[in-house]
Amino acid sequence: MSAVSQDTAVRTGRVTRIFIYLVLLLFALFYLLPLYVMGINSLKPLPEITGGNMMALPKTWTLDAWRSAWSTAQIGVSPTGLKPYFLNSILMVVPAVAISTIVGALNGYVLTKWRFRGDTIVFGLMLFSCFIPFQIVLIPMALVLGKLGLAGSVPGLVLVHVVYGIGFTTLYYRNYYATFPTELVKAAQIDGAGFFQIFWRILLPVSGPITVVSVIWQFTNIWNDFLFGVSFGGTSQPMTAALNNLVQSSTGVKEYNVHFAGAIIAALPTLLVYVVAGRYFVRGLMAGSVKG
Amino acid sequence: MGFLDIRNVTKSYGQLEVLHRVDISVEEGEFLVLVGPSGCGKSTLLGMIAGLEGISSGEIAIRDRVVNGVHPSKRNIAMVFQSYALYPNMTVGQNITFGLEMHGVPKAERDKALAEVAKLLQIDHLIDRKPGQLSGGQRQRVAMGRALVRDPDVFLFDEPLSNLDAKLRVDMRTEIKKLHAKLKRTIVYVTHDQIEAMTLSTRIAVMNKGYIQQLGTPKEIYDSPANVFVATFMGSPAMNVVPARIVVREDRPYAEVVLGDGAKSLLAFSQPGLASYDGHDILLGIRPEAITDPEGADRKSQNIVSLKNRVIVTEPAGSDTFVTMSLGGKDVIARMRADVDIAGGDDFEFAVNMEKAVAFDPKTEERIRP
Repeated sequence: MSAVSQDTAVRTGRVTRIFIYLVLLLFALFYLLPLYVMGINSLKPLPEITGGNMMALPKTWTLDAWRSAWSTAQIGVSPTGLKPYFLNSILMVVPAVAISTIVGALNGYVLTKWRFRGDTIVFGLMLFSCFIPFQIVLIPMALVLGKLGLAGSVPGLVLVHVVYGIGFTTLYYRNYYATFPTELVKAAQIDGAGFFQIFWRILLPVSGPITVVSVIWQFTNIWNDFLFGVSFGGTSQPMTAALNNLVQSSTGVKEYNVHFAGAIIAALPTLLVYVVAGRYFVRGLMAGSVKG
Repeated sequence: MGFLDIRNVTKSYGQLEVLHRVDISVEEGEFLVLVGPSGCGKSTLLGMIAGLEGISSGEIAIRDRVVNGVHPSKRNIAMVFQSYALYPNMTVGQNITFGLEMHGVPKAERDKALAEVAKLLQIDHLIDRKPGQLSGGQRQRVAMGRALVRDPDVFLFDEPLSNLDAKLRVDMRTEIKKLHAKLKRTIVYVTHDQIEAMTLSTRIAVMNKGYIQQLGTPKEIYDSPANVFVATFMGSPAMNVVPARIVVREDRPYAEVVLGDGAKSLLAFSQPGLASYDGHDILLGIRPEAITDPEGADRKSQNIVSLKNRVIVTEPAGSDTFVTMSLGGKDVIARMRADVDIAGGDDFEFAVNMEKAVAFDPKTEERIRP
């Protein structure tokens, strides 16, 4: 209380304050409700769900559903669980995020510090790619992947996501580097540093905040993508496509507890990324917007 | 052949020529100051010497080697920037030795050079700090250290003091002057501050609108300005420039000026050659310190003319008192002793040192040199 009243000139009464906190609490509970339902039901045996209350706590706690979702559940035609698809997703996400971030950083560096005739047009065209819906490019993309011999493979998916991500990462880095003093680049030139040395030694060490933004953005988007995964994944489909196969299977009993566990497993990596780097995310998004 | 030769250099952006045929030859050990208002092309010229700006025509040579098209790092120059341009992620020591590292100097030599420079600039205790932890004056020193450590042929300074507060600026100015006296290196220094230009330089190039207006020693620039721009730009308060007419009496040229009350007065010129301009309208230039009270007049001058005029206002500034009167319909400022006893509205006998007076053509604003 006292700390707040020191920071703000506006004083609020005790009653108002309690009311505000109550409302906030209510909203927080409301938003946490789905996670609660998923969590407790993934820890129940199936009969407890079909015959009982979705909201109730488990009578017998069990991790069977998690084990099943991870390694034995029926995905499509084979009982592999989500494990191989999870690995596919990792194999796709890590290089795709890394490559698109590095290329975006280089683009931003060139577009702000090595300006050339028509650079704003190039940047404008790259920005344009941020506004193209996924569905439009499906067929041309399939053609290109086929010609490259990458159809239905993890490298193919990596290529698709890199191409789609470069627009965003370039935008982030360009705007970040635009606020970076050009005199520093000139000083480094006089000091004898080359193109990549300036990038590596001068710009990259101060690019932490925007790199976090770029990585979180790319990671979330690529991990959560379903359309490209299901269209171009072929035999190496990512997590999202597998989850869909698990949950939407039209034969056999609906194993809700396994579905819930699978859904949580699918969401865990993005949650982890936010928990680890979330506070830098906001910092990076705000970078340059306020002086000092 | 100078140490640094700028030969007929121009700079154009498309059709627009922003720097017109600049021709300067700088000797070894010289301190050349490029001074002028913003947009006069002085920073562009410096950038061209550094290699950060392309040269549209003409050539620049350092030690008789033409450096057009030579990469900035291979011209053997060092530059101090207005913003200091210190690398924020490196320590002071790394900042200073970065250039040496890029040029492949071994670690042991780098450390030795760093120690020498840090001692010279008294920043030994700051070596491990980051630039963000330094004050403005300390950053300035580090920026100079980064230039000094390279041991270049030519130092380039781009308004290095303009980000400092007034007191620190004066201190650092003296510091730079001492450093130049000690190291005797060739320096090209850009500033818009005419006092920095006067105090630091061995030669000044006054620039305006992309032209060199005058190139000369500080004394030449101050006492013998080539045109009205140079006369009014250099010196504070600026030189008084008032309309007058040349009249000749017994072969001696006089400047006829209109006083505050509309009466006319004659001020005798020291240059007899001006007699051939009998009847011409001119602009008469007199520095504020050349107008004093009779007791404060320069005793060495052969030509002190007394002038009775009404005082409009006085401004005591502590060290001097500035007295304003009207000549030729313009306000004219006189710089007098601090304890001179005058007040606004007085009729006062001014002493004008006409040895220091100059005449300009009112149309071309060029100096009339008979």
